[in-house]
Amino acid sequence: MGLSVKHLLGIKELNVQDIEQIFKTADNFKQVLQRPIKKVPTLRDTTVANIFFENSTRTRLSFELAEKRLGADVVNFSASGSSVSKGETLIDTVNNILAMKVDMVVMRHSASGAPWFLANHIDASIVNAGDGTNEHPTQALLDAYSMREKLGSLKGRRIALLGDIMHSRVALSNIYCLNKLGAEVTVSGPPTLIPKHIESLGVRVEYDVKKALEWCDVANVLRIQLERQHKPLFSTLREYAMYYGVNKSMLDSIERDIVIMHPGPINRGVEINSDVADSKQSIILGQVENGVAIRMAVIYLLSGKREVVE
Amino acid sequence: MKTLLNSTLMNITLQRLAHQLVENHLSFTDTAIIGIQPRGIFLSNRIAQLVKKISGNNNIDYGLLDITFYRDDVHSAHIHVPSDTTIPFSIEGKNVVLIDDVLHTGRTIRSAMDALIDFGRPKRVELLTLIDRRFSRELPIQPDYNGYSVDTILTQKVKVYWQEKDGKDEVVLLDKVVS
Repeated sequence: MGLSVKHLLGIKELNVQDIEQIFKTADNFKQVLQRPIKKVPTLRDTTVANIFFENSTRTRLSFELAEKRLGADVVNFSASGSSVSKGETLIDTVNNILAMKVDMVVMRHSASGAPWFLANHIDASIVNAGDGTNEHPTQALLDAYSMREKLGSLKGRRIALLGDIMHSRVALSNIYCLNKLGAEVTVSGPPTLIPKHIESLGVRVEYDVKKALEWCDVANVLRIQLERQHKPLFSTLREYAMYYGVNKSMLDSIERDIVIMHPGPINRGVEINSDVADSKQSIILGQVENGVAIRMAVIYLLSGKREVVE
Repeated sequence: MKTLLNSTLMNITLQRLAHQLVENHLSFTDTAIIGIQPRGIFLSNRIAQLVKKISGNNNIDYGLLDITFYRDDVHSAHIHVPSDTTIPFSIEGKNVVLIDDVLHTGRTIRSAMDALIDFGRPKRVELLTLIDRRFSRELPIQPDYNGYSVDTILTQKVKVYWQEKDGKDEVVLLDKVVS
């Protein structure tokens, strides 16, 4: 057994069996994380490099903890303060790191497609920790895993993705992942932040956030990615918060208790209000907890021997 | 193919192993039984049942241990799918009887001891196996209780069938590895 892929570049390339296997393995790692000794020696012979060309708190810490709890050695690299600023290319940087006998690379990069490019040039397994506005596969896996933990099977479940769909790699990975697991997906937000033709990915579009909330079982609220918006797409943050932010009175007006999620970092008072983010319906910190188990599962499943195809 | 144990012999062997355990651990108040996933648990289920009956103690500490994450061949072997570990009691200061169906190289038991120690410090660990493939050990590990010893070469394979899973109780020796 093992995954059908050598790298985890995007959810797009995984099949349902891969996703199920990652979830099943994550169940076992979650058990390990609840023990007094939260560590197993599985990958004591493996070194993993976390290469981050873009800022991160959760993802990087989560990967590092996952690696350490699998017993792997970890080296961290961030672009700021490195030779990247002296003009070193991506392949040179990574090859130099691999020359120090590193077995696996976890990479975040601001350019969409960077991990695919790298996969064509190096032998080590690559885990995409977010590339530009394209994919963030481990986030989508932990989101779906958290939803499943709360709701059971996702077949026929209704999931709303709210906010900056255009610039969010979490949105795209979520769409692929949830579709593969049989859920119905609606994206919602201001028209300027929803890409044209997104229906072709098999999702519904709903410009009224309130209606999307009434429709769904789970609302995954996404961050406004100001750092990627190079032209004004809405007037002010305050206006955005008024029309598209999720607040408590919206939730209270819905009969059912829908599940609230957010991949972090939260802009409190913009896309989501504190009284929602900290409410009983929110599983935001549960997502973070599951993140470590999911990443342990991914790294473990990518570390085995692979068939050599002649 | 050669039958090592048929269902009658297997039943007698299990009875003997259970009696030997009770002989050493009496009422099982300080002793836990832990089966090794995935194939060892059929044996450990049976042994635990028999020990309960013989000792008269219905509350024996009984757990299952998965050793996947403690294997020493993660890189050289194909990825193994983990099973559940359930040890709903403390093993600190207890006698622990580890149970697996076939003892071959000893590497599984080595992993199991590592995994076990992560749950606490047992007073004493013993090993019970149904089949001991003698002379094929790669580590200095021997069973404390054993059902049947057999001399084998590497290309042979011992297959244990269980009523619960395979519809019959039988142990056979296969000459070639059947994949």
